[in-house]
Amino acid sequence: MSIFLNKDSKVIVQGITGGEGTKHTALMLKAGTQVVGGVNARKAGTEVTHGDVVLPVFGTVSEAVAKTGADVSIVFVPPAFTKDAVVEAIEAGVPLVVVITEGVPVQDSAEFWALAQSKVDAQGKQITRIIGPNCPGIITPGEALVGITPNNITQKGPIGLVSKSGTLTYQMMYELRDLGFSSAIGIGGDPVIGTTHIDALAAFEADPETKAIVMIGEIGGDAEERAAEYIKAHVTKPVVGYVAGFTAPEGKTMGHAGAIVSGSAGTAQAKKEALEAAGVKVGKTPSETAALLREIYAAL
Amino acid sequence: MDLFEYQARDMFEAHGVPVLAGIVAHTPEEAKAAAEKIGGVTVVKAQVKVGGRGKAGGVKVAKTADEAFEHASAILGMDIKGHTVNTVMIAQGADIAEEFYFSVLLDRANRNYLAMCSVEGGVEIEVLAVERPDALARVAVDPAVGIDVAKADEIVAAAGFNAELAPKVAAAIIKLWDVFKKEDATLVEVNPLVLTGAGDIVALDGKVSIDENADFRHPGHLELEDAAAADPLEAKAKAAGLNYVKLDGEVGVIGNGAGLVMSTLDVVAYAGENHGGVKPANFLDIGGGASAEVMANGLDVILNDPQVKSVFVNVFGGITACDAVAKGIVGALATLGTAANKPLVVRLDGNNVEEGRRILNEANHPLVTLAATMDEGANKAAELANASK
Repeated sequence: MSIFLNKDSKVIVQGITGGEGTKHTALMLKAGTQVVGGVNARKAGTEVTHGDVVLPVFGTVSEAVAKTGADVSIVFVPPAFTKDAVVEAIEAGVPLVVVITEGVPVQDSAEFWALAQSKVDAQGKQITRIIGPNCPGIITPGEALVGITPNNITQKGPIGLVSKSGTLTYQMMYELRDLGFSSAIGIGGDPVIGTTHIDALAAFEADPETKAIVMIGEIGGDAEERAAEYIKAHVTKPVVGYVAGFTAPEGKTMGHAGAIVSGSAGTAQAKKEALEAAGVKVGKTPSETAALLREIYAAL
Repeated sequence: MDLFEYQARDMFEAHGVPVLAGIVAHTPEEAKAAAEKIGGVTVVKAQVKVGGRGKAGGVKVAKTADEAFEHASAILGMDIKGHTVNTVMIAQGADIAEEFYFSVLLDRANRNYLAMCSVEGGVEIEVLAVERPDALARVAVDPAVGIDVAKADEIVAAAGFNAELAPKVAAAIIKLWDVFKKEDATLVEVNPLVLTGAGDIVALDGKVSIDENADFRHPGHLELEDAAAADPLEAKAKAAGLNYVKLDGEVGVIGNGAGLVMSTLDVVAYAGENHGGVKPANFLDIGGGASAEVMANGLDVILNDPQVKSVFVNVFGGITACDAVAKGIVGALATLGTAANKPLVVRLDGNNVEEGRRILNEANHPLVTLAATMDEGANKAAELANASK
């Protein structure tokens, strides 16, 4: 088991002919992902070749889905075109859309999120899950990678990982590579994102293969505080936390558009306290966080 | 990016929001000329991106142009909460009958927009929100719809405007929504929105934050940047396309990925507690593609910071391979030559790490020390910075 993504997931790449799309399609194939095609309106009807694999390029997402049975799309198109690409995937009813693109205007994200929320099935459940934007994507080690996470730094195992940051995700996967991960998901550092810490925590709680969870946050917003409330009420599996940005000054954006301390809101200290109040052990550094997780896991 | 009040005022005017005359001045002479041009009573307002300027003496009413000159002389150069006043706006005096409040902003938690409105404006809205939350109407705005006539009517009804005022305020709110939407803002706030003695609704003050990710569709937004306030090293880094924030410490930090760099700052600060209290000197994220050129630009910015005593390069090779990063460091040191004069601690992990370490060992540069882990590297860099303080 895993969350959101497994070996049966069929993936199309929006922007498969671009530089990033080409590079990461090759890496995703290498990681075992079933990439089944791509989309580029201007190159419809052509093909791209990666080693022995020849992938069709379609003019629209709905055509790609109809012809390939894809249930995941990954978006590598530039910021100016990201909203249209995501809207197209939502309109086509793709169950999982992973948006890697960095620098998407936040109003565009708010608009495609509003659209995604409005599309529900007969049970009232939202049809399209969005991960990102500005995220490294998701990996289920040994099964599939939909994103830009390196495939060779960890292995399959019992830990679930959810993080706002890409390289910090890699750091933690590497620190705990001997234990391994069920799935690791980078939700992105933008102010508006599709899948939240809470969504990932709920999925890991429900996943029988996941025995313990690492949650990585950073300054800005109150997502970690809300995740803490959720953990207290709904998560029975042990959770270890880490928050980056204790030394970040007020009013300076730290790389991610969402990572800014405004007044008393969004500080790492406030997030740490909220998590600890929910019974989550919080490490001061990535290595200390990994050590806490090991301790808890050994006692399970 | 937060705008100055005068920039917000100009933006309001461009989108049809009712505002009074306002002219920017950088000297008392310019202030006097502006007051003469506007005529009558004016208000001299300090232009700073921080609240509480009125209490700090940064807003003064001038009955004559000579008074505007005097007030501008006092206000220009004033320090308001660490912000130096370089600019004032000379605003037309208003005949205020009543004061209201309106804002629309990005609501991160709910992933939509939030409109807030009150018939009690002019006060500190944070105080009102806490002390009398019922007096502040909060109405969610669907990003797919925005503030149309129906939504504006809902907002003014929730705030409790009377039948005479409601349509006038609603009309102003729709114009303010235009500013929010068409300028890709994350915040548009008017406090106070006033009713004049003549019965008109006017935005008397304005606070706007714009989303820099949307600059590609707003070429004019680049001109709104406050070049005077930017740190020279930050300006240099920005010109080179680097994500850099100047801090106060002694240990320069370079890393890949915003989260890892933030984390590196923390780890360096903790290590500094054992080494004379040294702290990180900057945030610098070189991103995924750490080419020799990007690394050289990054090192160039950091080594030009006179406060920096040592540098910690912390890279987790994800997609970027460590051998490429190592070549980048070696190439950067060669390019910089004698300008590279501070010790570098380098920690590499991840993709192609053995080859990366081999390249650095082979280059055997006298300034470079390799560290096996992030903690060890931070500790070594802090130690070296403390030793040369």
